Amino acid sequence: MQSRTFYNEILTEHNLHPAHKESLPDANLILEGVNPSCGDDIILQLKVEDGVIVDGAFQGSGCAISQASVDMMLELVIGRKKDEAMHLADIFFRMIKGEASDEEIDELEEVVSLKDISHMPARVKCAVLGWHTMEEMLDGKKKED
Amino acid sequence: MEMVNYKKDFPLLMNMDIAYLDNAATEQRPQVVIDAEREFYERYNANPLRGLYELGMEATDRYEEARTCVKNFIHAKKESEIIFTRNTTESINLVAYSYGLNFLKPGDEILITIAEHHSNMLPWQMVARQTGATLKYLECDQTGFFSEEAIREAVTPNTKLAGICHVSNVLGRTTPIEQIISLVHANGGVVLVDAAQSAPHMAIDVQEMDADFLAFSGHKLMAPMGIGVLYGREEILEKMPPFLTGGEMIDSVTREGAVYAPLPHKFEAGTVNGAGAMALKAAIEYLQSIGMETVHQRELELTKMALDGMKQIPGIHVIGSDKPEEHCGILSFTVDGVHPHDIASILDAGHVNVRAGHHCAQPLLKHLGVMSTARASLAFYNTENDIERFLNCLRNVRREMGYAE
Repeated sequence: MQSRTFYNEILTEHNLHPAHKESLPDANLILEGVNPSCGDDIILQLKVEDGVIVDGAFQGSGCAISQASVDMMLELVIGRKKDEAMHLADIFFRMIKGEASDEEIDELEEVVSLKDISHMPARVKCAVLGWHTMEEMLDGKKKED
Repeated sequence: MEMVNYKKDFPLLMNMDIAYLDNAATEQRPQVVIDAEREFYERYNANPLRGLYELGMEATDRYEEARTCVKNFIHAKKESEIIFTRNTTESINLVAYSYGLNFLKPGDEILITIAEHHSNMLPWQMVARQTGATLKYLECDQTGFFSEEAIREAVTPNTKLAGICHVSNVLGRTTPIEQIISLVHANGGVVLVDAAQSAPHMAIDVQEMDADFLAFSGHKLMAPMGIGVLYGREEILEKMPPFLTGGEMIDSVTREGAVYAPLPHKFEAGTVNGAGAMALKAAIEYLQSIGMETVHQRELELTKMALDGMKQIPGIHVIGSDKPEEHCGILSFTVDGVHPHDIASILDAGHVNVRAGHHCAQPLLKHLGVMSTARASLAFYNTENDIERFLNCLRNVRREMGYAE
């Protein structure tokens, strides 16, 4: 059986064993992100102090791409400054559109494993859900795709 | 028995290496349908029902021949009872706006089943809101079965209109439609049958069924997108006001008003889909050339093969009945630990096309206690090879998602 799917090991590992799928009682930013067409639904919780994301967690349900993507995002941004996180989110959105350079993509570390979603337009919304939610939490503005 | 390869009639299926199992969403088009659409524009193109020249009359003839073909296909009494629309959704909305809003009042009940597609649910929610009528739901069990008791309880002397799917687009189960119709009639109500999922797969006889309205889409029956049908009992259609107004649906217009055209044109405002109607006729004739009984047998064999195979795979759960004959070729399923969208993506990588999501039936999924499902739906032109490919991909889904087995 041929099978060239984008469900690589990194993605499935984050989906099956997410490191940050939990509740964060002392979070000071909480926002729900919903993907109405698929039913992906996450609640993202961040603890931000002096402009630094000191901790983060998510809860909810959805497809493997939405879940793995938000887990990897948290892995990447925890410990970073808000504007660094925004910078990484910007690279992520451009990577998904196939518009980011290789050097930029390197900054995303493990999240690179989602690069091939750019060939799956039907699944892009799943991949960007957590990232759009974080962006909205950090700059307080609702963003269009 | 010699197996006929129907796939050879479908250019897309010959040109692409896919197992197309999303037939409940839309079927593929055979060459004869594509040719008919093209032939209309190459040989008969003028505005039907208008031109007084020969070409215009030819266009009208092709359009009206299609109406006769549909009339015979569903065993209606008269051509005037056949209204061409864009699709099932438009057909149902026509009844909701023209019949529902004008003939229902506070205290009346509209009865639909919990298994309805949103297109046979939202129009009635609208009618209930605007008229003050009450919307009631007839509920099925986990296998999609409607008990006689539930039906007797749901239908009351206040049931003035019932909108019932003939076959559920999620469970594939056939509704006891005659039973519901006779009970609603005994209480003085009318019944609209949503035949979107049944018309392509079983013989329809609106007189035997005693339906007041029946709606279906051409595109689920191999015809082009954009042509659909509403059957309505003549005496009911006669008293209904037009749904859309404008060109082609009038006898005469003055500054103050208009005299509407007789049936069925009263309900066909604006330029009609002549080519679509001609191609719908070609699709029906193609289906009839194969024969509804053959279609049914073929789909049942394939459903049985798929269902048997799915039962062997650990972690797969088919929604609804465990009998293949109670699925009308529709198999909705879940895979433990795998979201339906991921199932669909993994199958797509193996060139197997299935639907995933809520199938425009969110209240039904909630009733059944599932968030969403994947759905494989078959047509007679699918092959054993399609089913094998589907099952092979399905066996790999959990492993692909990182599970040990």
